Amino acid sequence: MPFLITDHWYDLRDLANLCNQVLSWLGDFLPHGLVYIIAPVIGFLFAFMLFTLPTQLYLGVLGERRLIGRVQSRLGPNRTGKFGVLQPIADALKLLTKEAFTPTKADRVVMYVAPILFVAPAVMLFAVIPFSHGMIIANVSASLLYFVAVSSLPVLATFMAGWSHNNKYSLFGAIRIVAMTISFEVPLVLALLGLALMMGTINLQDMVEFQRHFHIWMVVVEPLAFGIYFICVSAELNRTPTDIAEAESEIVAGYLTEYSGMKWGLFYGMDIAYAIAASCFAATVFFGGWSFFGLDHWVPPWIIFIAKVYAFYSLFIWTRATLPRLRSDQLMEFAWKYLLPLALFNIFIVATERMLWSKADFGRGWIYVFAVINIALFVAAIPIWARFIGYRPERTPTRARLVREAGGYVPLAPNAAQGDQR
Amino acid sequence: MSPVTSEPFVINIGPQHPSTHGVFRIKATVDGERIVDAESVMGYLHRSIEKLAEERTYTQNIPFTDRTDYLSSMANNLGYCLAVEQLAGIGVPARAQAIRVIMSELQRLASHCMAVGAFANDTGAWQTPMMWAFRDREKIMDIFEMCSGARLTCNYMRIGGVAFDPPAGTFEEAVREVIRIFPPLIDDRADVLVENEIFVARTRGIGVLTAEMAINSSLTGPMLRGSGVAWDIRKADPYCGYEQYDFEIPIGYQGDCFDRFIVRLEEMRQSVKIIEQALDGLPGGPYKTEVPLSLRPPAGEAYARVEGARGELGYYVISDEGPAPYRFHIRPPSFINLTALKEMTVGGTVADAIVVLGSVDIIVGEVDR
Repeated sequence: MPFLITDHWYDLRDLANLCNQVLSWLGDFLPHGLVYIIAPVIGFLFAFMLFTLPTQLYLGVLGERRLIGRVQSRLGPNRTGKFGVLQPIADALKLLTKEAFTPTKADRVVMYVAPILFVAPAVMLFAVIPFSHGMIIANVSASLLYFVAVSSLPVLATFMAGWSHNNKYSLFGAIRIVAMTISFEVPLVLALLGLALMMGTINLQDMVEFQRHFHIWMVVVEPLAFGIYFICVSAELNRTPTDIAEAESEIVAGYLTEYSGMKWGLFYGMDIAYAIAASCFAATVFFGGWSFFGLDHWVPPWIIFIAKVYAFYSLFIWTRATLPRLRSDQLMEFAWKYLLPLALFNIFIVATERMLWSKADFGRGWIYVFAVINIALFVAAIPIWARFIGYRPERTPTRARLVREAGGYVPLAPNAAQGDQR
Repeated sequence: MSPVTSEPFVINIGPQHPSTHGVFRIKATVDGERIVDAESVMGYLHRSIEKLAEERTYTQNIPFTDRTDYLSSMANNLGYCLAVEQLAGIGVPARAQAIRVIMSELQRLASHCMAVGAFANDTGAWQTPMMWAFRDREKIMDIFEMCSGARLTCNYMRIGGVAFDPPAGTFEEAVREVIRIFPPLIDDRADVLVENEIFVARTRGIGVLTAEMAINSSLTGPMLRGSGVAWDIRKADPYCGYEQYDFEIPIGYQGDCFDRFIVRLEEMRQSVKIIEQALDGLPGGPYKTEVPLSLRPPAGEAYARVEGARGELGYYVISDEGPAPYRFHIRPPSFINLTALKEMTVGGTVADAIVVLGSVDIIVGEVDR
């Protein structure tokens, strides 16, 4: 083991070692200034080749389509290259050569600016994600806050996009996404507040170190917060159970209805980038980031991290392929009446536990006790609260009534299951 | 502070919309997302089949009926052939009767597969149930191809019987396979959708039609049965020997979209039952009566109806002793089922209107003819 955790160039845990080696070798015969120009280029290429390209292009475009194809008992794209590996490139080329149509009555400036505004925050989000011990672009002290703030910026761009088209379906999409983001931001932030309380930090790198120190993932300590985070973030990302803003079967494509060519392509690509950023965030905060119970001594942590991101993103793909879509008012109702009280309940429990932990001088092992308590509360709270706000699944019939003879209206049996209006 | 005011505006759902099931248009007046008025506009797919049929002989008209409801061509063929047989007084051999029953029930299975899949698609389940429907239907399409040579527009029924005798052995094997695989597939669909909380929330209490309203709008098929009215042509006015088969009529509870959906699922289960009985009792003998190619029925009129996948499918034929019908009229179930669309959609949101339209299960080829 010791030979691996050196800072020699072959210690792959930190790619900076390799870069440093290359740079110092270059520094021997190149002018000093040139080396510092080459350094960021190499860093950028590494980051792009290792993370952005495979994740966004291959997981987001090809992997998603292939996996959904599997769920839907079809093959998915497999014609361009072996297993369809060239499909993302073919898609991008097609989008670039396609006419970017602008409707006559559209607000041209806003329509052009919106995709650009949509891209910028997606890039900014990755700045605070820790890929490894030293691999973090900007270790901002309040990086949790930074992430939440930046990730709610794209809603502005989507509203601009929807408004600029002068199309009623687009406007529907724009109004829906603004309403939905406002509703879901509240339980999302409250769920993350519970995490910050427990870990005592709002720095993402420190959160990873906390989980590494206690050998526990926060998804075990606060399952309720994770559930709320997952639902809220899939709502904000417009992914299927909650994709009311671009609901294909209802409002055509929502705010994307009139976009075509690369303007649409930017929205599509960046949607994936946001989903991956959210997966990165979830992997960092809930699944121990780049640590994996000591395995990070042996395997480069960025590989562990990327594996976790892929696993979490697959969860998004799975829900997208499986679930129907909620109506917009049902979705708002769900956020305010169901998720918000649960998030508040979560904060209450976590705050109590945290106070006991620090004030009463409990040992470090108590976090495991808290985890068991929280899991029990998680299992109990969800059905109890659902029943409290009027959820009665047994009143929904699952089979039709059967009669043998044709005749007129068959009245309902007085005590038969007959769902009332929910 | 003045209250927030809103004014209604018109939004066209269709004719080019992902979920109008073809070129159909709802001109909806919405206030926010709530629909205050809905007007259905149809006729984009009108091909004047009824007029064309007056220029062609009785046998030549059978392919036209394929093109009306293209998802259940067998039932369409059957309705038309029954009408002409009634007009000309042609008897049908027992084997042809049983084959007709098997075919029209297989067609109901295939059509309901698509209805269920498309309906789930309208609620937003991203293509998955639709793709599963395509997969399941494939077995039935294979049987049709085996018997008639075509998969979708079969043109299989003939006046006085069916076009070809089904291939011995392989036909029975294939139908047994359908009987074996379909009940688990239907249960699978029920597990994925009926017990799905989001699906139930989207469909329960949406597009409610009371039994009175449904009868007054002369709805038929799963739409009527979903409202709790036990009415099925196969029971009420049996044709092709349906009276000898043991099956039940599924009916719904309160007439919402969810009820129509579970009625369809249950009808699929009943269809499997009927197919099994018909196949067990499949008699031998001729598969068609010899009918002159240029049939000239005696002057008169006839109306025959079958229980198609979407409801009462009627054919009205008048003969003036010529080789072609004097008048040929179709009573398309999905056109008449659409009459209650306004009652079901007004008051709901745009998203509800799509779900309601999906639960009506329209085929625009049949609506416009």
